[in-house]
Amino acid sequence: MDFYDKDLVSIRDLSREDIEYILDLSKQMVPYALGEKVHRALDGRILGNLFFEPSTRTKLSFESAAHRLGCDVIDVSEMSMTSIAKGETLADTIRMVDAYCDVIVLRHPYEGAARLAADVSINPVINAGDGAGSHPTQMLLDLFTMKEAKGSLDGLNVTLLGDLKYGRTVHTLAQALTMFGVNLTLVAPESLQMPDDIVGRLKEKGCLKKQTDNIEDVISDSDVLYVTRIQRERFPDPAEYQKVADTYRIDNNLLRSARDDMIIMHPLPRVNEIATEVDSTPHARYFQQAFNGVPVRMAILCAILGGEMQ
Amino acid sequence: MSPEPQEIKIPPIRNGTVIDHITSGQALNVLKILGVNEDNIDSTISIGIHVATSHEEMKWKDIVKLEDMEIDSEAADKIALIAPQATISIIRDYYVADKYSVRLGDTVVGLVRCSNPNCITNKGEPVSSRFFVESRCPPKLRCMYCDRDLTNISAHLR
Repeated sequence: MDFYDKDLVSIRDLSREDIEYILDLSKQMVPYALGEKVHRALDGRILGNLFFEPSTRTKLSFESAAHRLGCDVIDVSEMSMTSIAKGETLADTIRMVDAYCDVIVLRHPYEGAARLAADVSINPVINAGDGAGSHPTQMLLDLFTMKEAKGSLDGLNVTLLGDLKYGRTVHTLAQALTMFGVNLTLVAPESLQMPDDIVGRLKEKGCLKKQTDNIEDVISDSDVLYVTRIQRERFPDPAEYQKVADTYRIDNNLLRSARDDMIIMHPLPRVNEIATEVDSTPHARYFQQAFNGVPVRMAILCAILGGEMQ
Repeated sequence: MSPEPQEIKIPPIRNGTVIDHITSGQALNVLKILGVNEDNIDSTISIGIHVATSHEEMKWKDIVKLEDMEIDSEAADKIALIAPQATISIIRDYYVADKYSVRLGDTVVGLVRCSNPNCITNKGEPVSSRFFVESRCPPKLRCMYCDRDLTNISAHLR
């Protein structure tokens, strides 16, 4: 698709060609994201950063991506200080912010919030995570990280580990990986397995290799191990969280049975699921992955706002 | 020897609409989806529930007869949400003046609510629920907002 002036809300907005276009553009952005080169392709434009949920990496990397391209950023740092606290609807908030900027980046606790925002906004909306739903820009930076490490995405053995039920990142990523003929293994406690509707879509595409609760059985066959945190904040019942907290821990002992070139990714923040001793191994790619948020989001902003990279 | 299944003898109507081959158990939901209730109708409604049928794809069906009331095809197609094999007969002076099958369109707006309690359409925003029709028989919907599949449609009728 032509990204100019378009919303980026869901994996369903993207084809394989669209994804490849963004990944190629992201690669061009790396020296600019590192500050080695300077280009103000989005000079004079304004990004509205609306985060209704806490975020470190996504919010900061959008800001960094915007600033690297000369784009200004407006945001609300404390939602309790806004009219939202007075009961304003999301639809009205979006209409107001829409009048102040050229593109809206939205994170929201409710699924479908970004689609609603896109419906009422004149300017394009980028979904930066809606509840347990979609997180398409994270998906794009994850694919970029895998492609840069492995050279190609086609036919990779990818293992997704952890909270596959509530983790929006893995919902979006799993569906994107089906476009590249990836073999997916899903590892989670039974109560945190991938939702049935997504599993159904993975099966339809012939991409689901295995579902298990045991990482030791499958680690030796993985090219990519994608670890997610079991998120306390997504559990309605703290007792349910305690039952599954600390189920998995990746450490150097476990990694003895992994392929030498297997990479470990994690959307961060991590808690206990990856031991810090893993950070210094060649497997660890999660900090590189966090950096990749900048060039990938630069590419997305440039494509949507029509920035010209000469 | 068990007797052959027979159609129930609901009296024929002179004028109105017969909704036949309704998925068994869905007759009352058909009335709900049509918005028919005691406050807005002055004529007789006859309902047959769990009626034996010789229809090749169903053993039991429900049937609804609305006297002196003709439903249009747009209203009829809503019935396909819960009874995709239903047929509509418009009766005038005891004769079938028109007969057709129900068919879901490509989208469904406002008729059912999303089963996901965390979906933005269930959070008091000024927005109607909207679904893509993923499959017609059996009906399967996908929320345009939160992307979740909705399979138990009759439990989520508005």
